[in-house]
Formats: sequence, C-alpha cells, structure tokens
Amino acid sequence: MAKRVGIEVSIALAEAVKLANVDVIPAYPITPQTHIVEHLSEVIANGEVDAEFVLVESEHGAMSCCCGSSAAGARTFTSSSAQGLLLMSEILFIPGPMRFPIVMAVVNRALSAPISIWNDHQDIMSQRDIGWIQTFADTGQEAFDLMLHAFRVAEDRRVSLPMIVNIDGFTLSHVVEAVELLSQEEVDQYLPPFKPRYRLDPKKPITMGPVGIPEIYSEAKVAHNEALKASKKVILQGWKEFADLFGRQYNPIETYRSEDAEILLVTMGSISETAMTAIDTMRDKGQKAGLIKIRLWRPFPGPEFRKAAGKAKILAVVDRCLAPGAICGPVGAELRSLFYKVPGAPKIFNFIAGLGGRDVTVERFEEMIDKATAFAKKRPKELYEVIGVREK
Amino acid sequence: MIPEFEKFKRFKAKNLPKEELLAPGHRACQGCGEVLALRMAMKALGKNVIVCMATGCMEIITTPYPQTAWEVPWIHIAFENPASVASGIESAMKVLRRKGKISKKHVDILAVGGDGATSDIGLGWISGAFERGHDFTYICLDNEAYMNTGVQRSSCTPYGAMTTTSPPGKKSIGQVTWKKNVPGIAVAHNIPYVATASPAYFLDLMNKVKKAALVKGPAYIHIYSPCPTGWGSAPERSIEFAKLVVETKVFPLYEVIEGRYTMSRKISKPKPVQEYLKGQRRFRHLDEEHIVYIQQRVNADYEKLVRLSEMT
Ligand SMILES: Cc1ncc(C[n+]2csc(CCOP(=O)(O)OP(=O)(O)O)c2C)c(N)n1
Ligand code: SF4
Ligand SMILES: [Mg+2]
Repeated sequence: MAKRVGIEVSIALAEAVKLANVDVIPAYPITPQTHIVEHLSEVIANGEVDAEFVLVESEHGAMSCCCGSSAAGARTFTSSSAQGLLLMSEILFIPGPMRFPIVMAVVNRALSAPISIWNDHQDIMSQRDIGWIQTFADTGQEAFDLMLHAFRVAEDRRVSLPMIVNIDGFTLSHVVEAVELLSQEEVDQYLPPFKPRYRLDPKKPITMGPVGIPEIYSEAKVAHNEALKASKKVILQGWKEFADLFGRQYNPIETYRSEDAEILLVTMGSISETAMTAIDTMRDKGQKAGLIKIRLWRPFPGPEFRKAAGKAKILAVVDRCLAPGAICGPVGAELRSLFYKVPGAPKIFNFIAGLGGRDVTVERFEEMIDKATAFAKKRPKELYEVIGVREK
Repeated sequence: MIPEFEKFKRFKAKNLPKEELLAPGHRACQGCGEVLALRMAMKALGKNVIVCMATGCMEIITTPYPQTAWEVPWIHIAFENPASVASGIESAMKVLRRKGKISKKHVDILAVGGDGATSDIGLGWISGAFERGHDFTYICLDNEAYMNTGVQRSSCTPYGAMTTTSPPGKKSIGQVTWKKNVPGIAVAHNIPYVATASPAYFLDLMNKVKKAALVKGPAYIHIYSPCPTGWGSAPERSIEFAKLVVETKVFPLYEVIEGRYTMSRKISKPKPVQEYLKGQRRFRHLDEEHIVYIQQRVNADYEKLVRLSEMT
C-alpha cells in the first residue's frame, strides 16, 4: 500500500526511479541535481535495487553511456542541471531519432555567466528542440508520479522516445513535502518491464546510427517528429491509467479558476503554486483572473491549450528564461505562434521572471496581471518585460 | 600472468577465419590501411561481438544508409564517445544478465576510434572508461590525421608532416609537435593489456586483438594504418609502409601485459628513417636537418622502450 511521508522532493523522485527497477544509471554530479544521484547511489549500495551506477567522467560521457545502455536494452536513467545539461547537448539530439527511451530528471538551474546555482528555466529552454518528450512537475507528488509515467510512456513500443521530467532546482528539489509513495506492487501494476523492440545482440545483428545521406535525412527527421507528435496519445493514456489506479489525474494543460477568466496567467513549474495564491487574491479583489499551467511542453499540446484559454481576452505569459535579442521569451513565442490569426485570439504579453533564483512573489504576479491589463489598452513598445529588475 | 592467455590458440596463416564480418562493398579508398586493419581485427574477434564506432572514415565508409558493411551488431553515436557508449553497453549487459533478462553468455565489446577521436577529442572519455575498468577493447586506427574531414593534423600526426592545418611554409616545417604517446597514456591507467600493431604484420595484429578480447577489463590496441589519400602515397605501397614504419623503428611493435613491456619485434638492423619518409608526399618538403632530428628522436624513443622492456 502507498504511504504518505514527509520527504525531500529529490529523494521522492529518486525513490520513484528505484521503484521503477532501473537497470543502469550513468550520472555526474551538479548542484542542484546531486541529491537525486546520491540517493540512488545509496539505494544501490544497500542492495535495495539491482542496478549499475556508472560513475562517468562528465555529463557528455553520461549521455553517451545512456545511449549505449539503452541500445543494449536496459532501463536507463540519468539526471542533470544547467552546465551539465549543456555539456550533454551534442548527444541529447541523438536518442530521439535513434528511438532510445532514456529517462532523465532535469533539475532546472540558471546558466553561466555569471555562474549561478539557482533556479530558472534557461537550461531546458536552451535544449528545447532536442526531440525528447518533456513534462514539468510543480510539486513533490507530481515529481514522483511523473517519473513513473515517464518510464512507462518512453518505453511504450508505440513511443520509444527519450523523456525528461523537469523540476525546479531548490524551490522544488530541496524542499520537504508530503508525498504519497506508491508501494512496489502498485508500481509494478502500472509500469511493465522494458521490452525493447531492437537491441544490440550478436544473435540478431543490426546497424544503429548509420550515415544519413541526403536521400534519407529528411525522412529520418520527419519520422522522429511524427513519432514525437503521436506520443501524445500514449502520454494521455498513461495519465488516465495512473488516475484509474491511484486517483491522481494529470493533464497536458492544467487550469486553476480559469472558466470565466478574462485574464489568464500562464506558468510552468513550481512557481505555479505561488501563482495560484495570486489568482485567489485577484479574485477576492473582484478581478476575473485565472491560471494555466503547462505540464506537457513537448510535444506541445496546442488544441488543449486553446481550449483551456477559452474566451480569455488576455494572456500574461511567464517565462523563466531570457532569450537575448529575441522578440520575446520561448513560451511567449510558442503561444504567439499558436494563436496567430486565430479568430478571437487573446492578446499575449510576456513577462520574464525569476531569473537565477530571484523570488517571484504573489505581488509580482499581481503586478504582471495589472501590467497586462494596461498593455491590452495601450500596446507596449516591446512584447516582453523583465519583471523585478533593480534600477540601480 | 593472465590465465586467459594460457589456453589461447594463436592464429596462423593456416587457420585464418574465412568469414568476413566487415563485408566487402564498403566505400574505403584503394589501399586503405584502416579498413584492412579493421577487417583483420573483426576476423580475430569473430561474430560474438558488439562494435561501437566513432565518427570518422570507417564509420562513413561502412554505413551509408540503407547499406551497411557490418555483419555484427554495430552502433555509432558521435565522434568523441565510443568508449562511453561501450561503457553503457557493458554495464547494461552485466545487469541484464544478473537479472536473467539476457543470456548469460559473454559478448565481446569493441570500441573503435581514429587517431583524432582517440588522442584528441575523446581522450577524457577513454580515460574514464579505463579508470572504471569496463570489460572492453578499444582500438585506435591511427592514420595520423583527421582524414574524414580532409586531412587536418591531430596530436598523432608525426613531426614534420604536411596536413591541411599544418602546412609547411616559410615559417613552418609542417607539424611542429612530436606524436602523442597514447599507448603510454593507456598504460598509465594500469589496464591489463596494451599493444601496438601494424597491418603488415597481420598475424601479430590478430593475435593481439584476440588477447585484448580475452583479457578481463579494459584493453587498448594502437594500430598504425596507412592512408594513401591523406599521405599522398601510392595505394599499392600501403603494406610496404606498414612494414617500413616498423623496420625503421618509427612505430615499434610491443605489448604491455599488466604493466610489463615486451617488444613484439626487436629491430636489430634498423633501416634509416629516410627510407620510410620518402614516397610519402606529406614528408616531401623535409630537408636533411629535419630528417637527422627525426632519426635522433626515433632512436631515443626506441631505446626508451627497450629499456622499459628490460626493466619490467
Ligand atoms: C564534436 C565533433 N567535432 C568535430 C567533428 C568533425 N569530425 C568528424 S570525423 C573527424 C575526423 C576524424 O579523424 P580521426 O578520428 O583521425 O578518424 P579518420 O577519419 O582519420 O579515420 C572530425 C574532425 C565531429 N563530427 N564532431
Ligand atoms: S581517406 Fe584514408 S583512412 Fe579514409 S578511407 Fe581513404 S584511405 Fe582509408
Ligand atoms: Mg585519423
């Protein structure tokens, strides 16, 4: 039976990986991801799970090792953050088209320079187009549940794609929360063993990763993209079955007090919790404000988002990433494309907030809602504003 | 001593395996020393192997999709990382065997990289895999430059050689540094088996590959591989150069078993290096003074090796 415990979110997430009976974990330490891999080292050392922890010399080596492990047919997990994720970058683009269902927890952190260990989403946004399925957890319970969901979806033969679960560094990873940990029997009921369609095996020799000559390269890229888009069905099915078994329902787009809202905040990750409080305050003041949380980032759930936005007139989109020299932040740009020339589309304003661990308070969210309301009347010069920057 | 070596039956000209696991029809240039060495290595290993390959000539010429020259399982991920990919495969098979998910039978794992992949960009990855002690063999096919990208220098390019990024000119003689001692770096990791080989001595090469596979833990083989296209040498002379390089002591053949050096071929009557250098366009610009310098360093390096073999 499941048991409810007070637990650090990193540890809860690592417990999910353990319960998934993972086979191989190649990983390299980086703050704020370390507690996950430390806990996994411990459970392996104690014999709580029979797995190989490969103590790689770098994150590039970690992801390379993950590719080999997955190609050999092992359930494979790794975790990283910021500089580590970027050191992997060359290899991150490879398991998608090669259809290796590697599962990774990215503990989101700001990028150098200046060096910062604190939270924002610049790391994962810089790796937006690696072709992995990507979800975001807002709470400890979600981190635990989404991890199990990730193994199940990634390894499903209809999907066979790598998958990332994002959790915010420190503000989520290092806090102690009440989390209901599922039992081994419950996890086994939800997550079948990994049965790869292809594996490196001398009895059935295959060539993996050949040269993509111009006659075939486009087709290979399109095939990967189609598989990524088609994975949504399995993602939804995975969430539905999770709800049937354990009573917690996840959706690609989550909403809070959005039904009759005229203005919607759009968030991703753990700041959504504060955003909900801000919505309550705004509602108390009589403003028709609501919240949309993006849980599934890739493949982007366009129809679900449009439906969730309903008849809202304004979207105040929060990005945790500054895209230097761009027209707006990555989430802002995504939504502008989504609503381009859609009749009755809401006006979209983009706020860059919470860079490098800067706290995003209830007051800040209120400020964004007020500003977006004003912008809707008088269009600002720029499509985005960085919130909470000191003048001197 | 390594117990696996006791019962090992050496390859002889009479018992060479007939099967081609690296099939003909690949796109290598005429007289390519790398593909020849690789073909022999595969004959030595047999079918029960998984090959991880770095980006480079051998990867390109064997797998233009939808064709493949590989009769054994083969994987390519990127340029610098075949040792890490091999680490992942080895770890996966270990745990899957323990969990009863795959057959208990041992499978050899081979990682292959060019000199660029090995001596430059992938050195840290190889070091990591050696230090961790994975049971696999790493072969460096050393054609002494980045050939796949058009003959740029690597840290294995020999002193004085002309490449597209070490062109000789008024202010340069070509490659200005001495070849990096990668086998020495491998030895420094205290791995059980390190060897050098040349395709001109193909039985020696095959026996070394077999030993590398038999030994438990990491093994490293550095194979000198003529490249007529990159060197400006006649394709039909590749084997001749592969022999001359040994006879002139430029590329000595040796083994290091558990730290003990053994010369595979003692060169008592060495030929002058000049005999090796001539006939290769990459050395054509070298004058007498450079050749004297090369001869001195070749002699000194060889002496060092002999001393190591006497000491250990
Ligand atoms: C990260 C990265 N940098 C550079 C390259 C370009 N590149 C591909 S193969 C190659 C040279 C390979 O040289 P070597 O390892 O000596 O193999 P050879 O082709 O000579 O057999 C280079 C530079 C690459 N593919 N990846
Ligand atoms: S360029 Fe050299 S190494 Fe590459 S295939 Fe041709 S001969 Fe072989
Ligand atoms: Mg080379």
